[in-house]
Amino acid sequence: MKTRLLPLSLIALLSLVSCQTMESATSIATTIGQSTGVVSSSQADSIQKTARAVSRSAEEFTPEQEYYIGRSVGAVVLTKYPAHEDDKVNQYLNIIGQTLAQASDMPGIFGGYHFLVLNSNEINAFATPSGLVFVTRGLLRCCRNEDALAAVLAHEIGHIELRHGMQAIKKARITEALTTIAAEGAKTFGSKEVAALTETFGGTITDITNTMIEKGYSRSAEYEADLKAVKLLRRVGYDPNGLVEMLTAMKKNLKAGGLDFAKTHPSPENRIEEIQKDGIQYATVKIPTARQQRFQQMLGKI
Amino acid sequence: MIRLEGIIFVVICSFFCFVISGPAQAANTMSVQIKEGQVRSTPSFLGTIVAKLAYGDSVEIIQDQGAWKKVALRGGVQGWIHTSALSEKSIILKAGAKNVQTSATGSEIALAGKGFSEQVEKQYKSLNRNINYAWIDRMEKFQVSPEQMQAFLKQGGVAPAKGGAQ
Repeated sequence: MKTRLLPLSLIALLSLVSCQTMESATSIATTIGQSTGVVSSSQADSIQKTARAVSRSAEEFTPEQEYYIGRSVGAVVLTKYPAHEDDKVNQYLNIIGQTLAQASDMPGIFGGYHFLVLNSNEINAFATPSGLVFVTRGLLRCCRNEDALAAVLAHEIGHIELRHGMQAIKKARITEALTTIAAEGAKTFGSKEVAALTETFGGTITDITNTMIEKGYSRSAEYEADLKAVKLLRRVGYDPNGLVEMLTAMKKNLKAGGLDFAKTHPSPENRIEEIQKDGIQYATVKIPTARQQRFQQMLGKI
Repeated sequence: MIRLEGIIFVVICSFFCFVISGPAQAANTMSVQIKEGQVRSTPSFLGTIVAKLAYGDSVEIIQDQGAWKKVALRGGVQGWIHTSALSEKSIILKAGAKNVQTSATGSEIALAGKGFSEQVEKQYKSLNRNINYAWIDRMEKFQVSPEQMQAFLKQGGVAPAKGGAQ
């Protein structure tokens, strides 16, 4: 009979051991937190209590938390580029963008997808985690038709779907954030817990904006977003060659040494090459008159 | 006797595991993990919206089709919702001291408003006065209804190739 009991006790013992390993790692983190005054001792207790949950749960932020990250990343973008305050143009972008987003592989996003034109001659676009997309007037001038514009928006939706922004958060920061977030309470504005969370939050925003605005994503991330765009354009009924035509126009408009797509993206030639590897044969995009008319009306003078 | 001890041991162990992981949700129930979940008449982005769900609402899954799930709502309404809007975790909107403790140890529960939240944004804003959220708030008001989308696609002659719409 004892032999039956043995394996069971072994399983129970093993599961306890793995829990304890996690706890000791957290206990080091909370001790450091305590000594630096970031967390009080009672808060440290609660962090330790909750640590087990963090190390066990998915190492990802909830969509709600991603939403708050996205809002602040967007707000930082808007300190560098002013909004283009034209309701009609912004509405036009939103109707195309939100339709594409609904048809994408990730229509369910915490606060929904929203699009805004930036009043800048640079050729640039940004997509924050959780669905905020910004496109400069300079980039809109590379679009000669609605299919090209849809391609720009679909590429940005691709970045969101592929979570490129979230991937720019440093690994150490994610661990730090998840440990702090695990703390109970975190309710009072101005409390030490909120202060600690805010510090980590600030770091998270900086990690993302540094990559998004200054360094750019990897070349492969850009190609992946292009392929996502091609798939999405087809699904909705826009011509994927809209992307090729936009990139061809961009090639003419980009200035060498510019701090925009010239710095952060692979060259338009290379992007076209990659898209064509995916089986896109170039043919002039044919646009029905009604579609071209509304495009001209909205963006003819952008 | 030893057999009885063994059984008691197993019972205690499983009770312990249950406490650690928190109450599990039934396998066919999921929660809405976004602000507004849209339930559609067909498993397609072109499907008309038959119901709207709020963050944290739970739905009963009755069928799977690709990235879409057919759900049954209270009151007998059925429809399709995209998987990306759903979570396998239970989402607790307002945390009392009791469920905070449960959630602290449960990987099957998510607490709304925990972690990076409105409060953290507020504090971040107070420390970074140059950052302006006014346009972010305005952007969030740009809403397009499914009817507007349909009319827009139709007017511009935008139509997916056959079998392309999902």
